[in-house]
Amino acid sequence: MMEPGLYHILFVSAALFFIGIFGFFTRRNLIRMLMSIELVLNSVCLNFIAFNKYLWPNKLDGVFFTVFIIAIAAAEAAVAIAIIINLYRSHNSIDVSTAEEMRY
Amino acid sequence: MKGESIIFYLLAAMTLVSALLSVSSRQLFRSAVYLLFSLIGIAGIYFWLQYEFVAAVQIVVYAGGIAVLIIFSIFLTHKSGEKLPKQNPTRLVFSALAVLAGFGLTMLQVFNYNFTGTKEAAVEATVLAIGTRMLGMGKEGFALPFEVVSMLLLAAMIGCIVIAMRSKPETT
Repeated sequence: MMEPGLYHILFVSAALFFIGIFGFFTRRNLIRMLMSIELVLNSVCLNFIAFNKYLWPNKLDGVFFTVFIIAIAAAEAAVAIAIIINLYRSHNSIDVSTAEEMRY
Repeated sequence: MKGESIIFYLLAAMTLVSALLSVSSRQLFRSAVYLLFSLIGIAGIYFWLQYEFVAAVQIVVYAGGIAVLIIFSIFLTHKSGEKLPKQNPTRLVFSALAVLAGFGLTMLQVFNYNFTGTKEAAVEATVLAIGTRMLGMGKEGFALPFEVVSMLLLAAMIGCIVIAMRSKPETT
């Protein structure tokens, strides 16, 4: 156990990213996939903040990237949930395998 | 070991364990609550790094907004207590293998890379400094991305209304 530094935070954010990817691969439920995407976006934000803190503390660019990513993630979640509720109305299910009219 | 190291390891463990439980739980509502804990853990790491403004934004937008939105949509689309169907074990094994390989490769690259940062004096990430640069139009300002994000939010709001609006049958 060492003093936590840049590498520790990069480890945490990489683990979070791949946990999100794992959830995205294994579940066919739209809400579950949306939650996995949120985990991935959060790991990216954590990376930006860690680089800003430990490598370029004389600038604030990582903070701005994080704030903009959070704003875009909020917009993305709102649109995704509107689509999910609309899909549930027309198909009575939010499993991705039931919505296949546009497959071919 | 110092107190702040212990706090960091506790926050990291809380984030990762609740993220794992969130992707592996079979009840959707529980997994949303675990996701909430994971997001709060990340906000705690931002506090630990002394970026208070980003931590506050994380709590307000993610824990307060997106988690509540997800829980609402779970209530609108699922019966309570309903379990998700079991996973195909082949898919589970192969995605775990792919994810572990990717994680190993990434960590190998990260630990072999020698990061060199700047030696200049640190800027405090106060709300005043962030706000001045966010709306500044000079060389270091972020006024244009700020306006673009506000247009994006407006477009997303209109798009949500259009998508979720119940289309009336034609009456001509």
